[in-house]
Amino acid sequence: MISDENESIETLESPENSAVIEIQNLKKDFGNKTVLRDINLILNKGENLVILGQSGTGKSVLIKCIVGLIQIDEGKLIVLGEDLSTLKEKELIQVYRKIGFLFQSGALYDSMTVRENLEFPLKRQLRMKNQEEMDLLVKEALHDVGLDDAIDKSPSELSGGMRKRLGLARTLIVKPEIMLYDEPTTGLDPITSREISNLIMEVQKNHTTSSIIITHDIECARLTANRIIVIKDGVCAVEGIFSELENSTDPWIKSFFE
Amino acid sequence: MGKTISNKSLSVKVEPGNPSKILADSVFKNFFIEVYSMTAFTFRFFKEVWKPPYEINEILKQSFLIGYKSLPLIAITGFIIGLVLTIQSRPTLAKFGAESWLPAMVAVSIIREIGPVITALIFAGKVGSGIGAELASMNVTEQIDAMQVSDTNPFKYLVVTRILSATLMLPILTIFADVVGLFGSYMGVNIKGNVSAHLYFSQVFQSVTFEDILPAIFKTLFFGFAIGLIGCYKGYNSNKGTEGVGKSANSAVVFGSLMVFVIDMIAVQITSLLQN
Repeated sequence: MISDENESIETLESPENSAVIEIQNLKKDFGNKTVLRDINLILNKGENLVILGQSGTGKSVLIKCIVGLIQIDEGKLIVLGEDLSTLKEKELIQVYRKIGFLFQSGALYDSMTVRENLEFPLKRQLRMKNQEEMDLLVKEALHDVGLDDAIDKSPSELSGGMRKRLGLARTLIVKPEIMLYDEPTTGLDPITSREISNLIMEVQKNHTTSSIIITHDIECARLTANRIIVIKDGVCAVEGIFSELENSTDPWIKSFFE
Repeated sequence: MGKTISNKSLSVKVEPGNPSKILADSVFKNFFIEVYSMTAFTFRFFKEVWKPPYEINEILKQSFLIGYKSLPLIAITGFIIGLVLTIQSRPTLAKFGAESWLPAMVAVSIIREIGPVITALIFAGKVGSGIGAELASMNVTEQIDAMQVSDTNPFKYLVVTRILSATLMLPILTIFADVVGLFGSYMGVNIKGNVSAHLYFSQVFQSVTFEDILPAIFKTLFFGFAIGLIGCYKGYNSNKGTEGVGKSANSAVVFGSLMVFVIDMIAVQITSLLQN
């Protein structure tokens, strides 16, 4: 269930010092435009890494590269110790199964009910067939995000915040080791944004998940980040913990926190 | 600096110069890019269709949505076409004293040409646009990406199943439309006459042969395939944004309908060659 802010802040634990994602010299162009020039970053086990940056700096492109939705042009992506460029298709699928992705829009399947949305990854990713087992997991996932009553509703009947929570439940139902959040609080009111931020921290605590969180929401970054990276001109320009960046004297960095 | 016109995987550089020449060049090049993309999409379909999993449940679900849900519209259209064709043809045939040929003429017209083409056009309007809009909106709302990260091949799950369902359902709908059209024609005959159902359908079956029925039904497989393929292509490759959804639905209907006529023209030529 959703806990209050103070309780959740206490859940921020120091991450273990082993990399689950390592990105080296990643480059991505779209036509003549270079979006990611030279990205180098490490996500440690159990860590919440927040990536900040202006719109159009390629933050979403970066996490889509990690799950293979966008192919990189140059560089190396090492996920859970595996260099993705050296893996065959079946091995890649095994790695991708361990990564959850929360889309900016929630990306719920409109033609399916809430229950079917949650059953979809169970059937497709975990090849689960036992209906009773699936029912149990679906109810548990909905309970975790506080949507017990929505099970037979259609996604179109849900509010923006509920859709985000349902998207999170659908991603977490397969218990990924790594979570990638693409602007999880965009378009939500401050209260719902805080609920989503608290849920992100609960995920980190309860599932010891390592996460990359793309956001513009400074409150979300303050609540969830163990470490923050700011992207500028296609490179990781600044790195630090929230308080360091917040107190920076650099006017460009300060502008994010105003 | 030149301007780049991009279409997913390809991009064309248009050099500065005469604006009308630039426009003509870009239209010309975009046409070939579109043909290339469409051909690649078709080849991908034939590559994926043989690979497991075969998504049987999704094919059955789509067949239900595409086929069963289109029955009322197809029935109404078929009935009206049969009725109107009969009423319109009667005066001309009566002038030549050939009114007794009315059932035969209408039956051959409906079964050979009007049934398949009208059904395909209705199908392109309802199903083609529906597929185009649905896939485009799934694209805009990242549902296709979400499927991919859920270990599902979206091309196979969304595209292959819809194309197969459209290909299989259109011949069935055409047979249904033909039958309902003949009933409509029977009603039309009886507006100004008194012909028994037995007599009417005896004349119909005497005039229609398998050489009329089989090529007509066979060509609807291609109509269905083309409508499904174009709807899926337009939706799956739509530009991001809500405008892309409308454009995809619109162009799915326009190109789907156009392809129906092109395929029909080719099918008629082949049929007449084979029958001679």
